[in-house]
Amino acid sequence: MNIPYTVEERPDTGLYNAKLGIWLFLASEVMLFGGLFSAYVFLRFGAPEGAFHEWGKELNIPLATINTMILISSSVTMVMSWASLKLKDFKKYKFYMGITLLCALGFLVIKYLEYTAKFDHHIYPSTNTFYAIYFTLTGLHGLHIIGGMVVLFYLWMPGSKMWHSKPEQFTNRIETVGLYWHFVDLVWIFLFPILYLL
Amino acid sequence: MSEHTHHEESFFRKYIWSTDHKIIGLQYGFTALFFLLVGFSLMMVMRWQLAYPETPIPFVGSLFGEDGLLLPDIYNSLGAMHGTIMIFLGIVPLAVGAFGNYLVPLQIGAPDMAFPKLNAASYWSYLVGGLVMMSSFFTEEGAARSGWTSYPPLANIEFGQTIWLIGMIFLITSSLLGSMNIITTIVQLRAPGLTWMRLPFFVWAQFVTSFLLVLAFPPLEAAAVLQLMDRVVGTSFFLPSGLVVAGEVMEVSGGGSPLLWQHLFWFLAHPEVYVLILPAMGVVSEVIANNTRKPLWGYNSLVFAAVFLGFMSFIVWAHHMFLTGMGTTMSAFFQTTTMIISIPSVIILSALFISLWGASIRFNTPMLFALAFLPMFGIGGLTGLPLGFAAADIYLHDTYYVIGHFHYVVAPGTIFGLFAGIYYWYPKITGRKMNELLGKIHFWPSLLFMNGIFMPMFIQGLAGVSRRLWDGGLEYAHAAGVLHWNEFMSISAWLLGLAQIPFIFNVFYSLRSGEKVDNNPWQATTLEWEAPSPPLPHVNFEKLPEVHREPYEYSVPGRNRDYTPQTEPKKDQY
Amino acid sequence: MTSGHDTADIKNHIKVYMMVFAALAFLTIITVAASYLDLSSGEAIFLALAIASIKGSLVASYFMHLISERALITWILMLTAGFFFILMFIPMASLIDQARLG
Repeated sequence: MNIPYTVEERPDTGLYNAKLGIWLFLASEVMLFGGLFSAYVFLRFGAPEGAFHEWGKELNIPLATINTMILISSSVTMVMSWASLKLKDFKKYKFYMGITLLCALGFLVIKYLEYTAKFDHHIYPSTNTFYAIYFTLTGLHGLHIIGGMVVLFYLWMPGSKMWHSKPEQFTNRIETVGLYWHFVDLVWIFLFPILYLL
Repeated sequence: MSEHTHHEESFFRKYIWSTDHKIIGLQYGFTALFFLLVGFSLMMVMRWQLAYPETPIPFVGSLFGEDGLLLPDIYNSLGAMHGTIMIFLGIVPLAVGAFGNYLVPLQIGAPDMAFPKLNAASYWSYLVGGLVMMSSFFTEEGAARSGWTSYPPLANIEFGQTIWLIGMIFLITSSLLGSMNIITTIVQLRAPGLTWMRLPFFVWAQFVTSFLLVLAFPPLEAAAVLQLMDRVVGTSFFLPSGLVVAGEVMEVSGGGSPLLWQHLFWFLAHPEVYVLILPAMGVVSEVIANNTRKPLWGYNSLVFAAVFLGFMSFIVWAHHMFLTGMGTTMSAFFQTTTMIISIPSVIILSALFISLWGASIRFNTPMLFALAFLPMFGIGGLTGLPLGFAAADIYLHDTYYVIGHFHYVVAPGTIFGLFAGIYYWYPKITGRKMNELLGKIHFWPSLLFMNGIFMPMFIQGLAGVSRRLWDGGLEYAHAAGVLHWNEFMSISAWLLGLAQIPFIFNVFYSLRSGEKVDNNPWQATTLEWEAPSPPLPHVNFEKLPEVHREPYEYSVPGRNRDYTPQTEPKKDQY
Repeated sequence: MTSGHDTADIKNHIKVYMMVFAALAFLTIITVAASYLDLSSGEAIFLALAIASIKGSLVASYFMHLISERALITWILMLTAGFFFILMFIPMASLIDQARLG
């Protein structure tokens, strides 16, 4: 007995199981980051007038802008790799997925450079509440990138064999992991202005 | 799971690393019952100190110190761990993990949960979280001792808290995975014909509960991460500047706020109350419908009340914070929402009471527990109202009154509901009924002693005795008149412990010697009773059911039986 | 996404993705540029969050296909968004209320 609707859509909901599952997961992720954003707002409000803005000036805006571009690009290549599968073009899928992974790696390298530059200037999470929330938010976001990379790598290399046996299910997998990846991008879109620009 | 039935699975694959929702449900169930016993035992030790302060503890005293005395630090650890264990390791896993896992797929006519591997992962994450929590007892620092609420700044500086936080992160992850699975299962895997308003109320309760877990738990996970940062990396999310500890200003970067923790914590912890109570309401509804042999009164209102309860539970949390100086506008807002949320609870309770009207009730053990649930939960709920009013709360806050209030909701409330469920579905799980006599020997003393423990707490609380005092309040003159109740409460607690022995014995005894039953021993209508007892591994049903009816068609006039299963087609009904 | 895309459909999608990509890159530059303007902190916060919200909804609508997603998903997300804002603003409101009392 197979579990129904693992691949095909249930007629009345129009969804396959994993799609509902990943959206529920993302909903909980929204609340997870929501808790941290709430902490950000609360601490910013409790800090002396303009202190968060002053403290944040140490951050490197050009690097973060590049990183924003990189993540946006990785989102595009992610969605392109899914579209390639829809067009039954497995080679292109491999290509775009590879680029996505490369972007993710680039993002982490730049993040690493940013972190070490901060440590060199003796700026740590314990320096003040701004850096406390900065390191927590970007650190947790970075963990999401790493987690996503593990899954993407699996689907890029060993897991891609599934394309030949169950193409539809594999395409669904790429769609669901894509949703996660876009969400991580989306979080960054908000992190970027609130941490670097404001 | 395509590899089912015919080929034999190894013992390990079948019972340990299983992906079958029934096995996982049982794993959850046994683990959670074990933790409930552990949490209860901690309390029995604490009650010794409260009843006979500074006398050596008999039998187990040597575990806690050289001369068998319970020292304040250990007392605080036991208190914090009692709350944590009971809530996060006992009741939630039992109500959602065990009952949800085992019964939701059966009641909606599904072969398994939507994501069987994820289901196993959520159990193992729970077990790891539980073991991490328990391991903290054996570390040099000892277990957490800042209460289950872990308020900073105390929790930021006290020993043992780091392990507590790591354990919580595992437990929260487990609950999140489990509840996503339950929601997806309910939405996607309902049998043909099982529309939303044909779902048994138990499934609705699990559905709402799971949404509460998915959306309310993550902020606590965030808060746990922040507190972990505070403790490990030296940030000051929850520590204000110039904090004075033991007469000295603490060296912290400062700028944080203890109130931030309270907001994030209660954003979960209030919905958590409904996570604890809703599944029990679901169980009780099933048992009541079955044993009154009547449809539940006001099924639609029950469903809408449960959904509304879920919504509202997200905007009442700061009624736990009236004393933090939030300001009067906020207090007024939360006081209002708190009064509003009592309405759906009252609707549910009233509907269940009215369901009893005019019924010829079968007083078997599950029904006794379900019936006891109603007034017990009623007491717990009604005593909550004064706490919801900011003015009354100023007096009652952090007294034993609060302890009495929420224990009435959770202990004789939820736990009785879950006991009802265990007695009710045991025949489905094992193919045998639990022994009725032992069940009654379990029930009556439990009811008596539960009240013996918690009723005097209201008396002490109204007299102003604070909670969490190692000496129970000996230092305070205002407590002197009511402290003699402590001995009475403690003896009740120990007797309650004894009263659980027939239950534990019954669970194992009936496995071999219980009365053998067929698929539907209670003449019930819902889908789980269509499956064989026990349901088939991995597929549950011999043939997946189709649903043609409402969940509770009992005693419909003109039919030749007093129950009509949901699967019975409509045309040949008479 | 519904099943049964034909090739032309997907090719149209790809065009849209490229346009969205261009819009996101453009908005990123705008938001960085705006941060160098001499705005009051209120204006700066409003502008930055407005741009971030536009970018966020572009990603959600097109890359995550929310624009054509099933109603059930939309409902779940609206519910989540509601609770998200409650979580965001009530703690802040309690601070304001506290400050008002002095």
